Amino acid sequence: MEKIRYSLLGIFEEVGKLSSFTGRFFGAAFSRPFEWKELIRQCYEIGYKSLFLVLATGFIMGLVLTLQLRPTMIDFGASAYMPDMVSIAFVREIGPVVTALICAGKIGSGIGAELGSMKVTEQIDAMEVSGTNPFKFLVVTRVWACIIMIPLLVIAADAVGMLGSYFIESTRGEVTLALYFNRAFHAMAVGDLVPATIKTFFFGLVIGIVGCYKGYFSSKGTAGVGSAANSAVVISSLLLFLVDFIAVLAADIFYAI
Amino acid sequence: MMEANEHSSGQKPLIEIRELTKSFGNNQVLCGFNLQLFPGENVVILGKSGSGKSVLIKCLIRLMEPDSGEITILGKSVIHLDQKTLDQVRTEVGFLFQGSALYDSMTVRENLRFPLRRHPERKRGQEEEELIHQTLRSVGLEDAIDLMPAELSGGMKRRVALARTLILRPKIILYDEPTTGLDPITSNEIIQLILQLQKELGTTSLIITHDMDCARVISNRVIILFDGINYAEGTYDELSRSQDPKVRAFFKDINERLHG
Ligand SMILES: Nc1ncnc2c1ncn2[C@@H]1O[C@H](COP(=O)(O)OP(=O)(O)O)[C@@H](O)[C@H]1O
Ligand SMILES: [Mg+2]
Repeated sequence: MEKIRYSLLGIFEEVGKLSSFTGRFFGAAFSRPFEWKELIRQCYEIGYKSLFLVLATGFIMGLVLTLQLRPTMIDFGASAYMPDMVSIAFVREIGPVVTALICAGKIGSGIGAELGSMKVTEQIDAMEVSGTNPFKFLVVTRVWACIIMIPLLVIAADAVGMLGSYFIESTRGEVTLALYFNRAFHAMAVGDLVPATIKTFFFGLVIGIVGCYKGYFSSKGTAGVGSAANSAVVISSLLLFLVDFIAVLAADIFYAI
Repeated sequence: MMEANEHSSGQKPLIEIRELTKSFGNNQVLCGFNLQLFPGENVVILGKSGSGKSVLIKCLIRLMEPDSGEITILGKSVIHLDQKTLDQVRTEVGFLFQGSALYDSMTVRENLRFPLRRHPERKRGQEEEELIHQTLRSVGLEDAIDLMPAELSGGMKRRVALARTLILRPKIILYDEPTTGLDPITSNEIIQLILQLQKELGTTSLIITHDMDCARVISNRVIILFDGINYAEGTYDELSRSQDPKVRAFFKDINERLHG
């Protein structure tokens, strides 16, 4: 009982600290001096590091989804609706969530470990004394880079996912790439695209903030660095699902009105 | 002894710490530390590992917030400074970190350029490049300019870190264990380099260490940090003859080594 109370308190404390860290980010995110060069470098790093993984996963998800849907669609005599089905599934849910989870694993843990080791080896202190605000240089740039790059990676994942789906379809039936994508885009409505895109910005925010928070406050020693990377992945994965749920709920309410 | 005269000759201290306290939870690390650092001096603070040496110099430049006490650097009361003035003071006070703290995602050149980027009188282009080369030359590492920190040995890292500290031409340099983690020969090289640069540039230093060889060679004056206070103070020779058992403990090993 005591143990449960203790860990509950721990969770609340963590939520509080994470919120105040997020507040600190927004406090510094729009003010000068802005570290443009570092932002561009981070965007490149983050995009480049995970692009291949995201593309490969997206493509395979497209293949698998189509293979598994096919029998049922044929049973219902709806196999012509495959592009509609896959595009909506990808754009609304699969693309954003799968990409975000992969990025939480790849980018979030990378940021956690990098900032953690900079903290432990006093590099963050060294920045502070040389007149550069380390929060702006390290945290603000990385979080912005995530907010910018995650949505782009999601779009890339959606595109190759549908390509994968087309690949399966083309081996089974008479469908051209143009026709497939034509149907796919036709099926999508603003109601699919807008909320799905908005939530990816929040996914980026979550991945960036949690990775930075864990690294920036990592405890001393190399064990601290490892646990910073590890807990960055765990916490951001959990939060991603929470944000996803809230986003879907909000979109639902919004469009119901 | 000579220094004692200097103090009474009315020179103003560059750094003055009065009754500094700092604790972490129940762990009272500093409980009323006092110090004065006069122009041109090399003051060594001796203390066992974990005695709060790093905490002390981090409080000095506000990398940590002290609980109470007064800190004056170059006539400014550091505790109450706004960020901008604090940054100004920090350009006058160099800090050599315990583990060198080189930015490991940047080359040696970028490491040296980093402190210059926010400097008010920043030089650019060719002039900046020249300054970087010249500073690296002064620590004997001009060839390493395009290497990454991971490619450097411990001694080379310490030299680059020293160059990165010197590039802003600080009036005061704080050294956090400049010789830790280095073999005796490299340690000695670093000590000689510190002394030589000091002579050339006329900086004043506060050196924190538990390395007695380093303390003996570098110091004009030694302060022993014990139980969170400035427990004893004097020249190296004076302290090495002290009868106080706690002070003797520091000199025990080295006296045995020197005198058999
Ligand atoms: N950020 C911190 N949080 C909690 N305790 C700390 C922190 N930094 C240092 N300490 C504690 O302060 C004491 C002195 O540490 P330090 O100044 O690093 O010793 P040293 O003299 O070896 O440099 C140690 O007991 C250490 O545990
Ligand atoms: Mg220390």
